[in-house]
Amino acid sequence: MNITRRDFNKLLVSGIAGSTLGMFGGTRSAFAAQKRVVVIGGGFGGASAAKYLKKLDPSLSVTLVEPKAAYITCPFSNWVLAGLKTMGEITQTYAVLAARHGVEVIAETAVSIDAAKLTVTLSSGKVLEYDRLVVSPGIDFRWDTIPGYSQKVAETKMPHAYQAGPQTELLTAQLRAMKNGETVLICPPAMPFRCPPGPYERASLIACYLKEQKPKSKIVILDPKDKFSKQALFRKGWERLYPGMIEWRGAAAGGKVQGVDAEAMTVTTELDVVKGAVINIIPPQKAGKIAVDAGLIDTSGWCPINPVSFESTLHPGIHVIGDACVAGPMPKSGFAASSQGKVTAAAIVRLLRGQVPAPPSLVNTCYSLIGPAYGVSVAGVYKLSPEGIVEIPGSGGLTPIDASDDQLNQEAMFARGWYNNIVNDIWG
Amino acid sequence: MALKYQIFLVAGIVSSVALHASVGAVAAPKRSPRPVKVVEPDPRGQNLALSCAGCHNTDGKSVGIIPAIYGKTAEYIESAMKDFRSGNRPSTVMGRHAKGYSDEEIHLIARYFGELQGNNK
Repeated sequence: MNITRRDFNKLLVSGIAGSTLGMFGGTRSAFAAQKRVVVIGGGFGGASAAKYLKKLDPSLSVTLVEPKAAYITCPFSNWVLAGLKTMGEITQTYAVLAARHGVEVIAETAVSIDAAKLTVTLSSGKVLEYDRLVVSPGIDFRWDTIPGYSQKVAETKMPHAYQAGPQTELLTAQLRAMKNGETVLICPPAMPFRCPPGPYERASLIACYLKEQKPKSKIVILDPKDKFSKQALFRKGWERLYPGMIEWRGAAAGGKVQGVDAEAMTVTTELDVVKGAVINIIPPQKAGKIAVDAGLIDTSGWCPINPVSFESTLHPGIHVIGDACVAGPMPKSGFAASSQGKVTAAAIVRLLRGQVPAPPSLVNTCYSLIGPAYGVSVAGVYKLSPEGIVEIPGSGGLTPIDASDDQLNQEAMFARGWYNNIVNDIWG
Repeated sequence: MALKYQIFLVAGIVSSVALHASVGAVAAPKRSPRPVKVVEPDPRGQNLALSCAGCHNTDGKSVGIIPAIYGKTAEYIESAMKDFRSGNRPSTVMGRHAKGYSDEEIHLIARYFGELQGNNK
């Protein structure tokens, strides 16, 4: 498990050599009075990186580029579906980052990156120069992978609700409007995708709402997978809280979606055509647009990175964090993105001072609510190995399957406590 | 040959960046003065300890039901983490996290939070 100095050097060199040697070529950045870091994307990863860059080195100039004035978090957006949270309660802003932490926030879209000139061009035409760039663009959808599905269908008939905001509101409104006895279809994608337990927490909290309001209704999950995150915990919770309400059809039961018909409100699987009053299609995903446009993705559609600094292995000087990057076995979660943002901030501070970054230590905790007083979690601690980022054997893991009701209630309370703290840690 | 090349690369990177950093330092604006002596954190301990903020808030200053780390002594944090790890102290998720850290890493985390309070006094 222990990594030798030689291994560490190898990992360090694999991504960093290009950029730093490039700097040796005498770019303007090396001699600028104040080092400039630009961060693209104000979600869990980017906002964490921006805040911690200023916290760890207040002398840096840190610019956060984020077109939205407010960020609605995907974590806890399932709670909104059940009426357990309001949209306002999951909305974060950049006011404190700007006023208290000295981050310059620019409400524009980054339209292009010039990795050779070290510049970012914004939607207004304005050009930002950087010494180091952090790209945290989240996900984009592969619209063309499901026949009959499109962005327009998502925005009108079959919401994905996998970027929180209007999509969350549309799905909530559809659930409120459906009749007692009608069916909700949830169609998750294959791995890898954002928030692996998300579709199953969603099924749980929609069931929580239906049980009270529309008790004859059912939820069918049409899944291309043979297994899913926290599966045993979810299935036990469903049996206990919502017996008979949630049916999960995996790959073996023909759960893979072959196409949709937005007019007929049906989903075609390998075996049949299933009708839903509410149809939640969560399409396959790839790294966010700017990462694709800037050539930061490989053939997988995601961004390969150096595990020490999260610097792109394709474009030196650009660090990619969050859902868009491939960080070994770390899940694509807001928590993981934030952890990566901090490790990257610390690495950038040291690189800009001419120091070698410290070995990374990464962490993830994903809480899922099955009922208002029924919480479960998965935890992971990650470190560097000669193979890259790995989970520490014997650490992390799931809520015990035989957890007592007291423990499950405590986890539900800690889920709320976690949300309050992480949004404070990032945007507060 | 390959190893030698890597060492050369690393040495080259460090010295070239160091050169730039020292040039930058001359021209860098003065930081705002602080009334107390700042202890520069151990970079390894810092990376380890920044993990905690994801649940316990920045610098461990929890705002809700999750216990705060800030304000606790290094000795307390070290023994609490070891007790979570061994299971002597029951927990929901802390035992699963604590198992990811060696004695030395727990010591570094505890020292980081201990020094943090020293900085802010």
